[in-house]
Amino acid sequence: MVFNSQFRALLAIIQREMIKFWHQKGRLVAALVRPSLWLIVFAAGFQNVFGVSIIPPYETYIEYQEYVIPGLLGMVLLFNGMQSSLAMVYDREMGLMRLLLTAPQPRWFLLFSKLVSGTILSLLQAYAFLILTVVFQIDIPWSGWLYAFPAMLLGGLMLGSLGLLLSVYIKQLENFAGTMNFVIFPMFFISTALYPLWKLEESGAEVVFQLASYNPFTHAVELIRFALYGQFNAVSFGVVLVSGLLFFMLSVWGYNPQRGMAKFVKQKR
Amino acid sequence: MNNSVSLKGVHKSYGKVKALDDVSFELQHGFYALLGSNGAGKSTLFQLLTGLFVPDSGSIEITGVDLNQQLTKALANIGVVFQQSALDLGLTVQANLTFHGRLHGLSTPQIKERSATELERLGILDSANKACKTLSGGNRRKVELVRALLTEPKVLLMDEATVGLDPASRDLLLRYVYDLCNERKICALWATHLIDEAEDAKQVLVLNKGKLLAQGTAQELQKATKTDNLLDAFLQLSGQKLAEAPSLQKI
Repeated sequence: MVFNSQFRALLAIIQREMIKFWHQKGRLVAALVRPSLWLIVFAAGFQNVFGVSIIPPYETYIEYQEYVIPGLLGMVLLFNGMQSSLAMVYDREMGLMRLLLTAPQPRWFLLFSKLVSGTILSLLQAYAFLILTVVFQIDIPWSGWLYAFPAMLLGGLMLGSLGLLLSVYIKQLENFAGTMNFVIFPMFFISTALYPLWKLEESGAEVVFQLASYNPFTHAVELIRFALYGQFNAVSFGVVLVSGLLFFMLSVWGYNPQRGMAKFVKQKR
Repeated sequence: MNNSVSLKGVHKSYGKVKALDDVSFELQHGFYALLGSNGAGKSTLFQLLTGLFVPDSGSIEITGVDLNQQLTKALANIGVVFQQSALDLGLTVQANLTFHGRLHGLSTPQIKERSATELERLGILDSANKACKTLSGGNRRKVELVRALLTEPKVLLMDEATVGLDPASRDLLLRYVYDLCNERKICALWATHLIDEAEDAKQVLVLNKGKLLAQGTAQELQKATKTDNLLDAFLQLSGQKLAEAPSLQKI
């Protein structure tokens, strides 16, 4: 009975996100244009600048365009995770958050449902981008499409949890620009999405190298990179799993009325 | 028999500001008006009753279930219409109702049957497939009421639900909730700063600056304050003059 009730709630939240996504067709286009531009413009322009040596999981020299694919998939997951955060803030401003939080379901489950619905959208967009890579004649093994699924699922859940956590502290939609500057861009640029770690070390950017080494987004990208070539990166799996759990638990704590939702629900006496 | 709503010694502060100060009351079934001017603490009380906040001290029970101990079970007995509209305007009326029903664990047939019944009773069944953004303010409020009733709650919380509505829509909504209380023996707590909405209530709870000043029928409050109308009784209880409580209106 309880399972039925929770399953219906989960479906309701997923269905609502899907309907909203369907009505926002520009969102899918934006999600594809962003990494595609990086792939066409950035990768094409810099492939001679950023030579990539043979590093795992690659067994031969690869073109830079192929190197950046996992990073761009990570970018899709990262932006959608943050978009989910934006949607939470929007729901809060519109009063819809109250509706969600006053449903007779465990709060952690409601937040988990939001996380799952956001991650499903992330995966749809990531696979849509993978289809585009075929158009651009980038050679990703077909088996990698399958192996990448659990990696992108885990990465999507981790980045979605980060989005949930941020939504606790972003009080207004206008603050989202700050999220771009202080979360999305640093996470993306200080990672292995665009260049391998050894490049950072070799160039003497020790601080950036250290930051990138510990950046959970780096590990989400590496997990996807290895999975695309049928390999498993245990360290990255561990970092993404632990980071995701930590972000989610902090989100649940953040949405706990015991700590006073006054922090993020507009106060009215 | 369990009280529908029971508060004992509830305190809630935001920093140094006391939003609710030692509030206690018990409600059975029937229509109860929570009367207070802006800033009295009505919305805070509703946020506590819906588990969005927890009190700093004191206890809240909904149909005998402790809200802090068994939040999920307590929430299952509550229907709520918030002061701020909470409809997804991009979705249709039915989609909004379906979303809410499923959030509460209802099956699709249950949602369809209950929403059709309530929409028809409120005269907006023909709007079921319209996007909420196309509805008037009054009809949006009706949809929110239908949504609150979908789960067949024992306690209905209405937080200044008629704000912004024209007199006809306001009266319709008010009378509808009165009828519900009689027909289904539910407890409705109707927060308002409009005196006329409180006059026929089973009891009026007067809240001012976070304190519950009085609880009783309009006649009892008038008798206790030796006044001849509820507005004067309220003003006397709260120590305010009408000019100090401009939000209080008698229409």
